[in-house]
Amino acid sequence: MVQDFFDNRLLSAVVVVAAVPLVLVGYILLIEAIVKRLPRRVSRAARPWLWLAPALLFLGVFLVYPTLATILRSFKDRRGEAFSGGENYVWFFSRNDTLIALRNNVLWVVVLTALVVGLGLLVAVLVDHVKYENNVKSVVFLPMAISFVAAGVIWRLMYELDTRTGTLNAASTAIGGPRVAWLSTPPWNNLMLIIVGVWMMTGFAMVILSAGLKGIPVEMLEAARIDGATELQVFRQVIMPLLAPTVAVVSTTVIIFALKTFDIVYVMTNGNFGTEVIANRMYKELFTNGQQGRAAAVAVVLLAATVPVMVLNVKRFKQQEEVR
Amino acid sequence: MTQVQAPIVVGAEKQLARPQRNRKPWRPARAPLHIALILIMAAWLIPTIGVLIASFRTAADTNTGGWWTALVPPWEFTFQNYDYVLNRAGFWASFLNSFVITIPATALVVMVAAFAAYAFAWMNFRGRNVLFVIFVGLLVVPLQVTLIPVLTLFRDFSIGGFQLNGTILAVWLAHTGYGLPFGVYLLRNYMGGLPKSVFEAAAVDGAGPATSFFRLALPMSIPGIAALTIFQFLWVWNDLLIALVYLGPVPENHPLSVTLANLTTNFGGNWQFLAAAAFVSMIIPIAVFFSLQRYFVRGMTAGAVKG
Repeated sequence: MVQDFFDNRLLSAVVVVAAVPLVLVGYILLIEAIVKRLPRRVSRAARPWLWLAPALLFLGVFLVYPTLATILRSFKDRRGEAFSGGENYVWFFSRNDTLIALRNNVLWVVVLTALVVGLGLLVAVLVDHVKYENNVKSVVFLPMAISFVAAGVIWRLMYELDTRTGTLNAASTAIGGPRVAWLSTPPWNNLMLIIVGVWMMTGFAMVILSAGLKGIPVEMLEAARIDGATELQVFRQVIMPLLAPTVAVVSTTVIIFALKTFDIVYVMTNGNFGTEVIANRMYKELFTNGQQGRAAAVAVVLLAATVPVMVLNVKRFKQQEEVR
Repeated sequence: MTQVQAPIVVGAEKQLARPQRNRKPWRPARAPLHIALILIMAAWLIPTIGVLIASFRTAADTNTGGWWTALVPPWEFTFQNYDYVLNRAGFWASFLNSFVITIPATALVVMVAAFAAYAFAWMNFRGRNVLFVIFVGLLVVPLQVTLIPVLTLFRDFSIGGFQLNGTILAVWLAHTGYGLPFGVYLLRNYMGGLPKSVFEAAAVDGAGPATSFFRLALPMSIPGIAALTIFQFLWVWNDLLIALVYLGPVPENHPLSVTLANLTTNFGGNWQFLAAAAFVSMIIPIAVFFSLQRYFVRGMTAGAVKG
């Protein structure tokens, strides 16, 4: 019966769209009705936890428990039956292909972050001087809305080997240059994949940096200009120091994105020709090779790489709270 | 309840009102600036335009010349490719699946996050700050870490012979779990910025937390909620990994992203079909994005830029 309900997907979706808000609103009204009847001391203590309960339940089941279980799992063998010590990690750090994945992620973090923040800053500063600011912003921001899979299709046409259909090779041969196998020439193909990421993420950096830029008082910039500072000096000595916290926020977001990169690589090369990344490696271990223990270890390596950013975020959040 | 005239302030809106700066009329010395911006726009537009044009060309044209050859007459465009992908490749079903997956997953996150955000912003309880710091920490946890245990959980779990694994329900639940840290973070920051006096006045008038929430906090947080809705909608719609992992290989439940990813391998050289398929998958997010761009940008800056 439950099966039938979910087989008719449109009907079930409509029911769920109507039922989810009703059930959740009903939950709040119900707990409030109960809490109101309790002694004041009890109700004050219980109420917040009842409001938080749905969120805590979801987070517990889908984030906290699985993370802990994966860490435990990474120390077990292939089928998860016996502990195997650090065997999975020894495997990870002694294999050529996994180390290439690790190297590529480092490449992603460094190159993608530098390019995205640099270009985002450049566009944000430049558009501040022209009337068609919003047009430029919309164009650069648009790729944020589409999926990485669609972006993969778009860029495969750019990188296509055939000079009759591949945009870049046609342009290259038209000016007398060589025909390039953009996606299968290591190590440059990594850069080609990263460029797809740059194309998608620069809009994000630009929008946030631009908002930060507009938060700088105009009087401050004008004062510097009146004192005879050139535009470059204004940028380096007035804008940059004030914008530094925003740059830090954008950078950490891009770093996290670079570490988790999966879709672009999966769609464009599937990790072939030396373009493997950790997330794609994990997917392969899990579904192609059926190595759950190893897949867990790969995931834990990824988690470990995000810990510094996590600590940084928490620190920054605490500082913000003190300002509040 | 008394009519409370709430000053509509909050965080990110402050920076919208500012004088125009440094926008001089066109001068030759500014030519490099305009050229740089035009180059940037071209670099960002050309890849997309190429695929858009390719999607309207016939197979014969596509194989003999690139999309740029279609820019000059004779113009011969066709809807055949769209006709083909929508009818034959199971694409229409995927299109519906994407909606069926995305809308409930978005509604769930927004509502659950709003409750939690309200508790964090306007209720005092022990461990509030510690708990919220945990939420902030969870923001960056790569969801790859959760795949194996959640898959096992879905496989072991069944109600009345109904297997959760491989169903759309499983994807709804997973997306809700993964989307919550950001949702709670964004809405808590928004709700925390609402004026305290409004809630105090309501409490004096005898309004309980439920009334305050539904009649005050929720309506006043509409911009924040709109931002979260758009984010979550785009994330779920564009997601590949979660659908790929939890739906498994059975094509009947696949959303557009998975079907498109499969087509990239199957269609090989048939660029015209692939291009049309890619555009079908982009239509909805682009429409959502352009109609609600204002909220999208505001949501992003509210989380990241200190006011």
